Amino acid sequence: MNADNAQPALLVDPAQRIFKVARRNFVDPEIYEAEKERIFDRCWLYLGHSSELPKPGDFISRVVAGRSILFTRDSKGQLRALMNTCPHRGAQVCRERKGNAKSFQCFYHGWVFGSDGKLRSQPGEDSYPEGFKDRETSNMQAAPRFETYRDFNFVSFDRNIIPLVDYLAGAREYLDVICDQTDAGMSIVAGSQEYSIRANWKLLTENSIDGYHAATTHASYFDILMNTTDNLSTGRMGGFGHDLGNGHAVLEYGAPWGRPVAQWIPGWGEAGKSEIGRQYDKLLERFGKERADRIALMNRNLFIFPNLVVNDIMALTVRTYFPMAPDYMVINAWALAPNDETSWARKYRLNNFLEFLGPGGFATPDDAEALEHCQRGFKNSKEAQWNDISKGMGKDKPSYNDELQMRAFWTQWNRQMFPTPIPQIKGVAA
Amino acid sequence: MHSVSRSDVEDFLFAEADLLDRWRLPEWLTLFTDDAKYEVPCTDLPPDASPDSSLFYIADDRIRLGERVKRLMKRTAHAEFPHSKTSRIVGNVRIRARTDQEMEVSCVFHTLRTKDGTTDLYFGTSNYRLTTNGEDFLIREKRCLLGSEGLRPHGRISIVL
Repeated sequence: MNADNAQPALLVDPAQRIFKVARRNFVDPEIYEAEKERIFDRCWLYLGHSSELPKPGDFISRVVAGRSILFTRDSKGQLRALMNTCPHRGAQVCRERKGNAKSFQCFYHGWVFGSDGKLRSQPGEDSYPEGFKDRETSNMQAAPRFETYRDFNFVSFDRNIIPLVDYLAGAREYLDVICDQTDAGMSIVAGSQEYSIRANWKLLTENSIDGYHAATTHASYFDILMNTTDNLSTGRMGGFGHDLGNGHAVLEYGAPWGRPVAQWIPGWGEAGKSEIGRQYDKLLERFGKERADRIALMNRNLFIFPNLVVNDIMALTVRTYFPMAPDYMVINAWALAPNDETSWARKYRLNNFLEFLGPGGFATPDDAEALEHCQRGFKNSKEAQWNDISKGMGKDKPSYNDELQMRAFWTQWNRQMFPTPIPQIKGVAA
Repeated sequence: MHSVSRSDVEDFLFAEADLLDRWRLPEWLTLFTDDAKYEVPCTDLPPDASPDSSLFYIADDRIRLGERVKRLMKRTAHAEFPHSKTSRIVGNVRIRARTDQEMEVSCVFHTLRTKDGTTDLYFGTSNYRLTTNGEDFLIREKRCLLGSEGLRPHGRISIVL
């Protein structure tokens, strides 16, 4: 592959506190093609949340790394990830986005499959040998690997990948902190934000775990927050970034906005105070003060390599994204919420969500603009070749607004893309 | 509002579109009542979904709509700096229901937005609840139902629809 013969993807020298990323990584079609094989075919990829399929027969069709996946709960209640293609001649079996069905019929020749993917019937059965329906090859294929951690469902197209719990490494503990907000389980709220950015997908990885850009990129959002002092908490501020292993990373920090679980702001009034208090007391009872404070008062931007973000901030969002071209990505984002919260809390959670988050909010469009202008800037990548993500290198505890998180991502990316370092160039990350 | 004709409503909607195309947003804001709502649901929701229980793209009350306008007039609203150019066509205007005080109106919108060499199309149906202050129409509710599947390829609603 030509991607291997080129200049190094990273320049790293810890002694000099140098960490540079080649801008070519964001624009080169050969890098993009290599990423399909070396990143997206070799990782655990988020498919969906168990709560999206509450009843037997529920299904969602979803695209994951270019594959058409049919995510179902079969008649016995078991979740399945099926390759959405007819074993007969290849047509997509399910053409609806979501729904509930006892079976799926391929409209091309009429083969019928159960929600477990097993062939039930096909027209002209007498022209097939006896036992044809019992052959494994007559069924819709399952995704090569499909595993679940705390209702987060993942697929992998690598049969030999390590188990999901091991893959999650240090991210597992942060998912626990987020899921422990309630003992009643969590659900995805109705409504999917399905958008796109005309930029390389790795720019959104960086942006999602970037505590450095907020003050400038989101100046107009903070203006609004400051204009309405009712919307400010006086809680603790600041925090740290952490490398969680396997390319995962997190920022954990205090911030002035209200949190549905559970940081009250005056704008939520007395009704809000008692509701947030009730949430906090439950956490206190379940976990004691230290963990309750961490769950309730700290914010987390959690990144799971290569393309899942769980932001536990002024609301809880799950976001995943896929490249369609070196300079174009599609993004799906959802709101996640505790099953036992009141309608008051649900309303304020969603209100909070929309103020900052999503393509109609007061922050996300400006992130998209920044990413698109990076992509435009990278048109100069032959002359101006390097990004610098060295902020906070060498610190014992890098701050949440340093760039440790990005270095964690890029180190893993480089390891998977170029398992054999290019020997003749000094300073290339192994 | 029994004496209002469709062309009265059309004149109002055309004037609203013109204010938006000319980025006269503070003036546009005065078209709204104090209890007004401006909403854009996600495209996989039913048209009558509630933002209290479902995730929308936009669900502004009058206060947040005011903040939206203030923000969009600043240089730091990066997604709209410099301001994009837009062209709105409003058509298929229909009066759906009316009482003494209020009217339900629907129309189809096609909005083109150009910035940095890229032109995008936003299209769909807008449902309005209109009232009057005695002289002019006022908007009590504007809900824009996007006709597209998601927000692709434009990816954002940084303008007012």
